[in-house]
Amino acid sequence: MTEQKDRELYRWLRLIREFEDRISALDKQGKLMGGVYSGKGQEAVTVGFCHDLRWDDWVFPLHRDLGAFLVKGADPKRLMAQIFGKRDGFAKGKDSYLHGGDLANGIFGATSMLAATLPVAAGMAYKFKIRKEDRVAIAFFGEGASSRGDAHEAMNFAGVHKLPVIFVCENNFYAYSTPNELQFGVDDVADRADGYGFKGEVVSGNDLHAVMKTAGKAIARARKGEGPTLIECKTYRYHGHSEHDRADYRSEEEVITWESRDPIFLWENYLKQRKYDIAAIVKETTEEVTRIVEEAVAFAEASPFPEGPEAMEDLYAMPIDTEAR
Amino acid sequence: MLVTYIEAIRQAMDEELARDKNVLLMGEDVGVLGGAFKASAGLQEKHGADRVVDMPISESLIVGAGVGLAVQGMRPILEMQFIDFITCGFDQIVNMAATLRYRHGGQTACPIVVRGPSGGGVHGGLYHSQNPEAWFCHVPGLKVVAPATAYDAKGLLKSAIRDDDPVIYFEHKFLYRRIKEEIPAEEYLVPIGKAALRKEGRDITVITYGSPVHAVVKAARDMAAEVDIEVIDLRTLLPIDWATVKGSVRKTGKVLIVHEARLTGGVGGEVAARIAQDCFEELDGPVMRLAARDVHTPFAPAMEDYVLPNQEKITEAIRKLAAY
Repeated sequence: MTEQKDRELYRWLRLIREFEDRISALDKQGKLMGGVYSGKGQEAVTVGFCHDLRWDDWVFPLHRDLGAFLVKGADPKRLMAQIFGKRDGFAKGKDSYLHGGDLANGIFGATSMLAATLPVAAGMAYKFKIRKEDRVAIAFFGEGASSRGDAHEAMNFAGVHKLPVIFVCENNFYAYSTPNELQFGVDDVADRADGYGFKGEVVSGNDLHAVMKTAGKAIARARKGEGPTLIECKTYRYHGHSEHDRADYRSEEEVITWESRDPIFLWENYLKQRKYDIAAIVKETTEEVTRIVEEAVAFAEASPFPEGPEAMEDLYAMPIDTEAR
Repeated sequence: MLVTYIEAIRQAMDEELARDKNVLLMGEDVGVLGGAFKASAGLQEKHGADRVVDMPISESLIVGAGVGLAVQGMRPILEMQFIDFITCGFDQIVNMAATLRYRHGGQTACPIVVRGPSGGGVHGGLYHSQNPEAWFCHVPGLKVVAPATAYDAKGLLKSAIRDDDPVIYFEHKFLYRRIKEEIPAEEYLVPIGKAALRKEGRDITVITYGSPVHAVVKAARDMAAEVDIEVIDLRTLLPIDWATVKGSVRKTGKVLIVHEARLTGGVGGEVAARIAQDCFEELDGPVMRLAARDVHTPFAPAMEDYVLPNQEKITEAIRKLAAY
């Protein structure tokens, strides 16, 4: 990779981290409402899968994938307004956190029913296939969501039609508090791909190089009509399920172990190995991401909350008034 | 031309598939077999296997995939082989499709149709006789229709396919081949949200939809000498054509609501409540309801007859109401 791309990837990792940290801080300050789901620690997964996508590819992020929003092209200002529940958010205040997608940038808004986006991604990929469009859909889900029927139904259908969809399992070892061993009986979620007739792979989700290499191959296969891939990224969320979850179900030792494999730390090591001017890169990047997030927060704080009656808008594309004729 | 109710459905899909390349039909056995009831007979051969798609037995996937297609500007018709199976796709309908536009702040429409055979009277038992429309009438973001005639079956399905919102289309399997009707050879649409006046009358309004429309009209004709009955066929259950309903009630002052779905929590409760509130001054009797008994639809003939409404029960209810 070129130095420019190495630095660009670093910038994305850092921007997502800055965003996550600021959101957690805003939550502690009581400036946010509702659930806040930090993806801190999992940044390499979304950067690795989204960075080389084309503008007309689609991503289906899960509730802690704000990185997918940013890398795929969402305006950081509007993303922050979305998290604040403001009118300038993608949902115009109608739903919280990442439930409002940015469709113009190919970012689908999820519901709270985990894995429910997988059938949607498969359906969209079916359209790409029958219209012979050179596009892919990336469907993110957690290892907990892999237990839901929607995950099975979507992968089964994708296998039947060899659809250009990549199923990305972000295995962060806990579904809220429930550990892997109480979630499934297989060693790896990726093993299940055999049952659907396509390839399953396990990759370190904290190693951006590994993620990008695996993602790149799967995306290329999908574009060539060679079908789906299930990729399981082993990763870790530093925070609890949401900000109010202290995550007492994990040991401090375990958290420290994973912090030593931090994706940003690993990428900085790589930049050092390449003999880039790391001090300058860190300084420059820190300034840039801090500024972007500052501006996003200022925009979101200035954006108005919607008024009560706006609750009735955007329900129907073709509303029908049957009260009076 | 003279067509059955199911042929009207087939024609609607055939015409829309031919008219708009973005229309697809997806469901279990809809392709090679042409549907369990032959509602899509010949359509795969004519429109191609890419567009008339035999799906795995995965109702949640069928609806969810439909949403993904809709976001891409396609207009999928999603068949539930029996409407009873819609429960397996419930989350995708009520949480994914119905909220799609809303949670995206109006960025997209969701032009999907979920359709399938509903209703009893055919000894289908617990899982081939259901009328689950009330569950969906409780969900903002959806539109719900239930045609009673071949004319409406065709016109409403064509409107549903062209509608930009998710439409749940309940066809009644009892009517599939039992009714035959002249319909225009040229193209026509039946608008969503508009009830039909099936019979004019001055004494009592009977509000109904789906299969019971036929029993109600027959009862009304048979009783013409004793009471002058007006029959309203709602056709669309979400949103209900309140203007037509209230207009009729204000004229007659007496209302009976008849549906084949169960009484408790049924569409009739909502209709009754709105009438009680908005037409209180004009009412000359209690707003009455006749519906299936609050039990599952059983298999054995005598039990099924006992549970479901029929002409005899309708006649009895009308007499009771007329006595007020």
